[in-house]
Amino acid sequence: MAVRIEPRPSIAVDPASRARRIRKDRFFVSLMALALFVGVASLVTLLVDVFVAGVPRLSWDFVNSFPSRFAERAGIRPALYGSLWIISVCTLFSVPVGIGAAIYLEEYSKPGRLQRLIEVNIANLAGVPSIIYGLLGLAVFVRLLAFGRSVLAGGLTLGLLVLPVIVIAGRESIRAVPPSIREAAYALGATKWQVVSRQVMPVALPGFMTGIILAVSRALGETAPLITMGALTYVTFVPGGVLDRFTALPIQIFNWTSRPQSEFQVTAAAGIVVLLVVLLAMNAIAIFVRNRFERKW
Amino acid sequence: MGGGVPGELRGRRRPLERIVKWILFACAGLTVLTTAGIVLALAGETVGFFREVSPAEFFGGTKWAPDFGARSSFGVLPLINGTLLVALIGVVVAVPLGLGIAIFLSEYAPSRVRRILKPFLELLAGIPTVVLGFFALNFITKVLLRNTVPDIGIFNALSAGIVVGIMIIPTIASLSEDAMRAVPQGLREGAYGLGAGKRSVALKVVLPAALSGVMAAVILGFARAIGETMIVAIAAGNRPLLAFDPREAIQTMTAYIVQVSLGDTPTGSIAYRTIFAVGSTLFVMTFILNYVSHRIVSRFREVYD
Repeated sequence: MAVRIEPRPSIAVDPASRARRIRKDRFFVSLMALALFVGVASLVTLLVDVFVAGVPRLSWDFVNSFPSRFAERAGIRPALYGSLWIISVCTLFSVPVGIGAAIYLEEYSKPGRLQRLIEVNIANLAGVPSIIYGLLGLAVFVRLLAFGRSVLAGGLTLGLLVLPVIVIAGRESIRAVPPSIREAAYALGATKWQVVSRQVMPVALPGFMTGIILAVSRALGETAPLITMGALTYVTFVPGGVLDRFTALPIQIFNWTSRPQSEFQVTAAAGIVVLLVVLLAMNAIAIFVRNRFERKW
Repeated sequence: MGGGVPGELRGRRRPLERIVKWILFACAGLTVLTTAGIVLALAGETVGFFREVSPAEFFGGTKWAPDFGARSSFGVLPLINGTLLVALIGVVVAVPLGLGIAIFLSEYAPSRVRRILKPFLELLAGIPTVVLGFFALNFITKVLLRNTVPDIGIFNALSAGIVVGIMIIPTIASLSEDAMRAVPQGLREGAYGLGAGKRSVALKVVLPAALSGVMAAVILGFARAIGETMIVAIAAGNRPLLAFDPREAIQTMTAYIVQVSLGDTPTGSIAYRTIFAVGSTLFVMTFILNYVSHRIVSRFREVYD
């Protein structure tokens, strides 16, 4: 049974089509390079634009002054303190709850409807626009629980907002702990909570830390939910307790950016420099923790 | 079984174990309560809103002027129009860029380059949106667009849309890249074995195989663009407009909520209820998009052993 193979001109050898293919390859690679370049360039342009405008305006007075009608005298003291306050409340609330939820989902809950409900729910919460959390905070914390438009209400609102971040990162780091560690502890007679608290958690902790730092840096930059729940935009005092009213650094930046005078744009840029430096430092710490304490099993 | 376990070590003698379990369950349950809280808070005020304004006027009206006392008009279409305009510009900007980056990272970049570029994307994702808004107004509009696009206002949908696009690049790029890297190596090797080049493998094998994940990433990016607030509140202006001209100032649903929240809104007033009605509309839109994205992933994912 002889099969006759039709001789056909080889595509690969045809020099014209080969040249065309190489041209197309190069074109495709340069398109991707262009995409990368635009992405990186916009980030670099943003940073340069902000730092060039903002850095000359920075001074100790800027950090330590109250806002003012005069751009050259305005400072971020109340905003800085306000941000510190709400971040503290946010962290105190979201970190324990987030760790607890992650441990429950990974170590305690059994696969089934309830677990699926909670999982789908957390995935969904991660996709809810932040401004909707502001409306939630306004309706529940400000009105229903009557915390007023206070540090407490703002911190809890942000706490709910970043909760999915902590839970998702925490679950991943718990999952990375090898089962053999748990089994060895059980074999020695440890109870479930002893296994979780003394064996699993210490190993999973660096993963939790990165998740927490990322969550806090997200909370630090959030503006919309705080404005929606009624944070102030012009404050001439520093909050002294959790029930005081407040403003936050991003809100102060927004306030200055939305003024028409160009001097206030410079002031806004200076505020942004402070915010970005803090955020970059936190991100650097997160990356450091991840690389330093990450263990391969 | 446990005849050998001494009584004092049995589970019921260890109340801590059970208390801990319930505490942890409460933590997980709180996330469900959060969703319930969002739905109830939005629904409660929205029902109140619809007692005063008919749904037909809200969803069918073409004029948004909620602040004019007796002559107020509550047609939400201009706000939806503004929201979609900005989000569409954003997606048009972000999809080619994000996909290009994803293909490069997944198929072309050596692992050393990947390790440098990935944190860069994370950095971009970590920039607060109020900073991006500042960038949209002070650079994209004042430096770039005012010198290139004729008749463009200081506040316009275009600059906000472009920067919203920049904002969602990391979302689209990293989720698409995950989907592409999940394509089994055997598929690529099979194509190479048949004589395909690198570009053909990337575009005709990997991209189609990862299409469900890529689509889900794009829809998720679109949902984020719709919910974005500070960029549009700063750069797009605050003018509810029913027109699809990117050079014009517009108002999105989110920017409206911010505009009202900046003033003093007495609770129970119609303005207060209006932001919840607009918020519900926004929530439903993003919820549907997130759901569709989730469904695409679980429904159309190509399963390779």
